[in-house]
Amino acid sequence: MLLNPAIMALIGVSAVVALLLLLAAGFAIQVMRHWDIGSGSELQLNLERRTYLISTILSYAFVAELVSLLLFVYNAEAMSTQFVGAMCATGVLNVDPWGWPTLFLKIAVFFAGGVWLILNRLDNQGYDYPLVRVKYALLLAIVPLVIAEAVVQAAYFLGLNPDVITSCCGSLFTPESEGVAAEVSSLPPRTAVTALYASAGLALLSGLATLWRRGAALLFAGSGLLAFMVALVAIVSYVALYVYEHPHHHCPFCILKSGHDFVGYYLYIPLFAATVLALGVGALAPWRRIPSLVTAAAVDIRRFTWLSLMGFVLFYAVATYAVVTSNLTMQGVWW
Amino acid sequence: MKKLILRQKYLIDFTLSSLKRRLAKNLGLLLVYTLIVFLLASVMLFTHSLRREAGIILESSPEIILQRLVAGRHDLMPAEYLDRIGRIRGVTRKAGRLWGYFYDPAVQANYTLMVPRDRDLGQQEVVIGAGIARTRGVDVGDFLTFRSSDGRAFSFRVVDILEADAELVNADLLLVSEGTYRDFFGIPADRFTDIVLQVRNPSEVRKVAEKLTVLLPDARPILREEILRTYDSIFSWRQGIVFVLLGGSILAFVIFAWDKASGLSAEEKREIGILKAIGWETSDVIRMKFWEGSIVSLTAFLLGFILAYLHVFYGQAALFEPVLKGWAVIYPSFNPTPFVDGLQVATLFFFTVFPYTVATIIPIWQASITDPDAVMR
Amino acid sequence: MIELDDVKKAFNQGRPNEFWAIRGVSLRVDANRITVLKGPSGSGKTTLLSMIGCLSRPTSGRILLRSRILSGLPERFLTEIRRKTFGFIFQQFNLVKGLTVLENVMLPAYPLGLDHQPLKEAALKLLGQFNMESKADSKVEWLSGGEAQRTAICRALINDPEILIADEPTANLDTRLSREFMAIIRDLKQQGKTVIVTSHDPVVFEYAGIDTVVEMRDGNLAEA
Repeated sequence: MLLNPAIMALIGVSAVVALLLLLAAGFAIQVMRHWDIGSGSELQLNLERRTYLISTILSYAFVAELVSLLLFVYNAEAMSTQFVGAMCATGVLNVDPWGWPTLFLKIAVFFAGGVWLILNRLDNQGYDYPLVRVKYALLLAIVPLVIAEAVVQAAYFLGLNPDVITSCCGSLFTPESEGVAAEVSSLPPRTAVTALYASAGLALLSGLATLWRRGAALLFAGSGLLAFMVALVAIVSYVALYVYEHPHHHCPFCILKSGHDFVGYYLYIPLFAATVLALGVGALAPWRRIPSLVTAAAVDIRRFTWLSLMGFVLFYAVATYAVVTSNLTMQGVWW
Repeated sequence: MKKLILRQKYLIDFTLSSLKRRLAKNLGLLLVYTLIVFLLASVMLFTHSLRREAGIILESSPEIILQRLVAGRHDLMPAEYLDRIGRIRGVTRKAGRLWGYFYDPAVQANYTLMVPRDRDLGQQEVVIGAGIARTRGVDVGDFLTFRSSDGRAFSFRVVDILEADAELVNADLLLVSEGTYRDFFGIPADRFTDIVLQVRNPSEVRKVAEKLTVLLPDARPILREEILRTYDSIFSWRQGIVFVLLGGSILAFVIFAWDKASGLSAEEKREIGILKAIGWETSDVIRMKFWEGSIVSLTAFLLGFILAYLHVFYGQAALFEPVLKGWAVIYPSFNPTPFVDGLQVATLFFFTVFPYTVATIIPIWQASITDPDAVMR
Repeated sequence: MIELDDVKKAFNQGRPNEFWAIRGVSLRVDANRITVLKGPSGSGKTTLLSMIGCLSRPTSGRILLRSRILSGLPERFLTEIRRKTFGFIFQQFNLVKGLTVLENVMLPAYPLGLDHQPLKEAALKLLGQFNMESKADSKVEWLSGGEAQRTAICRALINDPEILIADEPTANLDTRLSREFMAIIRDLKQQGKTVIVTSHDPVVFEYAGIDTVVEMRDGNLAEA
């Protein structure tokens, strides 16, 4: 166990967010049980007012989770000096088996929270709140995810032991070793680049199709998620190499450093934003025919699809730019 | 989109004027808030820059230090060990070092005596650290006299004073020539204090250290990366301890913020009632209150952080001086290079703004659900 | 224009101190008319007015505005309708202290996110109509009763509502100012507004320009 302020902050934030969500879930259950939009009773009025509290809690929790995702990566980066063999965040995440699951859970919570807020936004535009039960059921599904994140993260930090010799990106992302990370990076660059641009094409086309016909929204959400995963793999196995100008440096975190012009932020911010919006569009689509939501759903789906498409385009532009302007020549030399 | 921004602008305008109208109440909150940020940020910036300074200094130190142990205690290193090490692959340079401590009864302080590797000094010449120059009140050209281990008096002429850049380490340093050092402490010519080795490739350091322990069973290798790691964890651990201690004040602050947010004056309640009656929606009021919190937080955060920055980097961390002074009589004057990173700011955010925000969620909501027809009753 | 159909309103429902403030009121309010709800205090006229003005919801019964049902709408949407359709004048004027006359008048428009310049011009024009232009930048706590009343009227009109709602508007005014207020109300009616007023002040319900007087007693309409 390492007692350091950033770790204390992360554990504290996750615990508080989990508590807030439990509180919100308690209210959500009451709302689901007693909700009767037609009633003018004081109970119904109170429940309606509770919904404001739940929305507020969720928006704050979402922002807190976002900042804590950043802090988690920063902290892993900063702790790399404290572990033998760790040279950057990758090594620190490898120190015990809970490191990577924590990161993935944090990303999952981010996406779930974003989708919930988008759904909530739509529902608030329907005068009869038609999605009230749907969105609170979804909220109840998010709560275990947040609790799991808090627990796994605590397990990770409690298990941190500075005596452990860890393996860092140099050895982790080499084709010779085993495991997911190795598989990801041992992906031949040609395959990675093909997959990257193929998923890009799919995401962008299905996005345009959604602008044309709302029915394509689910396809867009699916291909957005696919594009997100492919993009992460491609960053590790392909884009990063060009950023570092080194054919064997596969790290997904070092690109966030100043030495590489913070190019990681220009990649990750549009990518994450675009993906959460695409997922949100997918969550809106099934409800677009509810009478009280028809107009609002059409406007929201259109707006979020546009924003998401802009995010994806920006991401692919930055990734392509990073590769094109790099001094590393791999084509013909390495593959 | 434009509508959205304009709406926020109106809400911020209103919030600013409402903060101004209740200046006294908000000033108290702002003061406490700023103080909390200032305290935490000072601790953070201070320990962080200490760690950084230490890291910068160690950067130039050798990769491996080899000490001889006799019965578990540090002993002088025979010169022949240098030959016994012989050629180890990866070691680019090896050398014996001479250094030690000396107690000066005149000012009741401990000095570190050392033989420099890159500097030739005459028999009677000495180079001193800025801290010694200050306590003894000497300058270049002055003389210093010490009694050696066998009672003889040695007189030295100060030829130079070390730069104050890295005063944290060289404040108490005395540099003398090898001959003088051996004479002064009575150390035979075939003995060193320890041996240092330079290893170019960091991944070979562990292997070299392993070979050394096999070659010289009575010697202990100390690795630079290990020292760095120890420093790192000690500093972050200390920082953590201080934060735990300050946890009480954060909690007090949270309760204070909760109390301020929930204890609305009759005037404020009436105001929110009016706003709701004339057409503000619950979420408008929540947003207005959100901006209020953001403005207060941002002001307190910036103010506290800037004050802490000035305190640590330009005020020599004056508030922590008494704690540090316990170290030694020769107190290094501390002028770290200003340095801020995202991790610190994000951590600080979670220790101050986050608790404040959480503490105010429910009071804000309670204020915002005032009945719109409350003003008519 | 507005129809009430067997509207009831309870407070503290389900508790021992349950109290039915409105016990089944059916009423029609026509457009471009001045309607006065008259009755002693405690008769439920203010509660009824707040339901008509979308400030609160009936416990049961229906309220229709231009045949759109309002009574089932959540607060969020009620507010939206309210700020576009209704302007409010309250008994104690309810101006926000510390703000100027101009700011007070503009306040109801803030959540709409309109451009600042046109909004300001509209507010100044309104103030001009009521001879309040010179006071635009004074703080509201320095106003006389009549000036405060006129500021409150300007505020009620800033979003150009069709219906003006006034709750005991003359309670804090002397007879001369009360008459002045009624004259303003009559002018507003001539401009096409619908006005609904509660009052137990004879200056109001005996005023010549009034179209309808509805008398209330114990939460019911008093049979005339």
